[in-house]
Amino acid sequence: MREEIFGETSCLEPERYELFATSLPIIPTHHAPSREGQDKSAVTALAEGPLSAIAPLLTRRQFCQALGAGLLVLLVRDVRALQESGGGQRAGASPLPREISAWLHIGEDGVVTVYTGKVEVGQNIRTSLTQVVAEELRVPVERIRLVMGDTDLTPFDMGTFGSRTTPTMAAHLRRVAAATRELLCDLAAQQWKVERATVEISEGTVRHAASGRSQDIGALTRGQKLARPIPDTVALTPPQQWRILGTSVPKVNGRAFVTGEHRYTSDLKLPGMLYGKVLRPPAFGATLVSVDTREAEALPGVIVVREGDFVGVAAPSSEQAARALAAIRAEWKTTPQPSSREIFEYLKRNEIEAQGWEGRSQHVVGSIEEGWRLAEKHFQQTYTVAYIAHAPLEPRAAVAEWKDGRLTVWTGTQRPFGVRSELARAFGLPEDRVRVIVPDTGSGYGGKHTGEAALEAARLARAAGRPVKVVWTREEEFTWAYFRPAGVIEVRSGVKADGTITAWEFHNYNSGAAAIRTPYAIPHQRIEFHPTRSPLRQGSYRALAATANHFARETAMDELAHMVGMDPLAFRLKNLTDERLRAVLEAAANRFGWGKVRLASDRGVGLAAGLEKGGYVATCVEIAVDRTSGDVKVVRVVTAFECGAILNPDHLRNQIEGALVMGLGGALFEAIEFEDGKILNARFSRYRVPRFSDLPQIEVVLLDRRDLPSAGAGETPIVGIAPAIGNAIFHATGVRRRSLPLVPHGLPLEARRQPQD
Amino acid sequence: MREVIELHVNGVRHRIEVEPNRSLLSVLREDLDLTGTKYGCGEGQCGACTVLIEGRAVRSCITPVHLVASRPITTIEGLARGGRLHPLQEAFLEVGALQCGYCTPGMIMTGVALLASNPEPSEAEIVRFMNGNICRCGAYGRIIRAIQRAAQKMREEGRR
Repeated sequence: MREEIFGETSCLEPERYELFATSLPIIPTHHAPSREGQDKSAVTALAEGPLSAIAPLLTRRQFCQALGAGLLVLLVRDVRALQESGGGQRAGASPLPREISAWLHIGEDGVVTVYTGKVEVGQNIRTSLTQVVAEELRVPVERIRLVMGDTDLTPFDMGTFGSRTTPTMAAHLRRVAAATRELLCDLAAQQWKVERATVEISEGTVRHAASGRSQDIGALTRGQKLARPIPDTVALTPPQQWRILGTSVPKVNGRAFVTGEHRYTSDLKLPGMLYGKVLRPPAFGATLVSVDTREAEALPGVIVVREGDFVGVAAPSSEQAARALAAIRAEWKTTPQPSSREIFEYLKRNEIEAQGWEGRSQHVVGSIEEGWRLAEKHFQQTYTVAYIAHAPLEPRAAVAEWKDGRLTVWTGTQRPFGVRSELARAFGLPEDRVRVIVPDTGSGYGGKHTGEAALEAARLARAAGRPVKVVWTREEEFTWAYFRPAGVIEVRSGVKADGTITAWEFHNYNSGAAAIRTPYAIPHQRIEFHPTRSPLRQGSYRALAATANHFARETAMDELAHMVGMDPLAFRLKNLTDERLRAVLEAAANRFGWGKVRLASDRGVGLAAGLEKGGYVATCVEIAVDRTSGDVKVVRVVTAFECGAILNPDHLRNQIEGALVMGLGGALFEAIEFEDGKILNARFSRYRVPRFSDLPQIEVVLLDRRDLPSAGAGETPIVGIAPAIGNAIFHATGVRRRSLPLVPHGLPLEARRQPQD
Repeated sequence: MREVIELHVNGVRHRIEVEPNRSLLSVLREDLDLTGTKYGCGEGQCGACTVLIEGRAVRSCITPVHLVASRPITTIEGLARGGRLHPLQEAFLEVGALQCGYCTPGMIMTGVALLASNPEPSEAEIVRFMNGNICRCGAYGRIIRAIQRAAQKMREEGRR
């Protein structure tokens, strides 16, 4: 059936249209003869032309009912690819074609609903994407609603990570909204029989100035039979003319958060819902030998589930579930595990072959031997970074419900479609029988790419025959989520006496290849990433390994500057040709007063700079050290950031401030301690995170480059703070710290002596 | 053993049958469906579960429910009056003092308790009072500004 539909679309070739608009042939629900009939009508009506591509979408009862009548506009990446992708699948049952990357709908009431597979985890993209649509469609922000991260309703999306929302999703939505605006103007011009060029939209109303005619965009779509492709030549509003983009629109649903009304996953409650808990092994790598669940099963209202090594309970309250779990007697077999004390030797000894983006990589420029020969001074050092935890304040949570052979799971994840696949695989279901919905979530920082709680809740709910909610405890989140990788980084470099770097060799073991290349202009380079075995489960973290790689690189740059007796700022400027990097360095240094700040003897200053994911950052810090207690306090931070054209300056500042505060933790004191397969500090009372008292004075300098495309900003601002602090510690004490965290137990003894000692 | 206790939450009396040692947090969230109060750590370390008991900030995750029977409890849901936000809620929105918002109810409840006992807190006093509340998104500077702004609003309202 699918192939037939696609056969009819071939008349579209050879042109590649990228946008489609259609009015939905949906029978209003109040006189729908039957839901089945409704579904079929949608498919039939759309089986002509390119719109058949979205037939799977329109057979989705919930989607059609959610929309009601009105205008639907879709952005398709590549029509040809779309046609090729459908072979052999039933149209009504297949997942949506992945080539459709965005759609929006205008209801007859004038409400604009935008569908995106991205999720909101505090980065405020619900607001920035709303602004994007408001800008291009010329509709007030208040009339736009975003449906996010719902695998039944929103287009396929890889996930919300990698700072991709702004460069890709915002760009897609701009085009969809701009195309819709043009379509509506065409429609009004035809209806009013006036020149197309004299029609425009403002404030959600189509207007013709000469005749004084106007109509709300919702009313305009009423009764229309639109089904046509829109060419991808639509004009986007140039940033110089932005009215809504580039302004600090407040968080669109902010009120729901300050009143407690917003329901995170962990707040959801379904009728008859039970609370689930899962039995955890006492250590990583432990296997279940025997389990006795009789006492737990005897408790009133408690359901015990055992499937292989999975043992879990569901009960009418979370405390009953906890009690039932505690009543389970289990015997585990453990195996020896490396500890955090020996982790860096372990990583160096356990290099592995890996494929793909996590695999070994090598970047060579010139000849490192030649660069080494040209150098007058030679430098070699090793840097390390510890495993750290994301510790999102909302731990992993999921609510699962099985109904009519379909599984619906609400969960806080950055990859709703990835979690849908995990669930489908785990339960042997086709993906269209699994729906994942992501309510705006209590943060992620790269730590919620997976669906552990979703799988657990679904397993328990299937056995219980009722909806089940699983909310991880803080200890579970600290133990059974995944960590930012630990790593070892070796740097070898050579410089001339005038400060020109001639050779740069850089080896990263395990922590990752993000931002591994140097942004400095060095003629001879050898840069390698070496994957290794990891004793702990590891994964993404805000900015991935860019933090580790910047820490090693920018600390080494500081060491090199001191080796040749140059100011660290002048040394960097001498060795770079990237003007965007120069601009942020100079902006930060100017605001900070680099070289001009008068410092007491307990103070030190440091700086660091870099780029990643299209953003450029430079950070200067001033620290105060207490040579008696060993305390290090960051007193002032100036960060200059440039990420192209700024979509929302206040939310950008909020992200930068937040990244700096979060970065303080990994820089100064955060480290996961482990031994015998156990996390030793799996609580906030044992794992210190930044608090109010750690807050420095923060000044953010934004460079708005309206001539450049917008890049994401949730991650990159974190990369400069750790090396800047380390460099400032050296400045204050003469002692170089080459490990993250820098001072988990305060300054080392040699740094506590007075400078004159 | 379950007991019948009376809880006075946001001006409403609830008679509920509970095990008296259950945490106030779980009773608020699961029995009364007041989910604005959040779980963050279960050990009184993060402040996400903060509610007011007789106007004072209390960590509901480590408070057995029987201890607060018949005492006035205010949760984040009870802060707005007749649809009008508390000045600190307004200030959070005006300053943009949140990102993911999960810590926000606990921050606001702690801030309200601070302002009730100290209507003109210095920045150092705010830091000291709020230091038991964690914001992983790092909005601390904005939260301090929001409290300062709310303090000013409340003084101005008081004068009127």
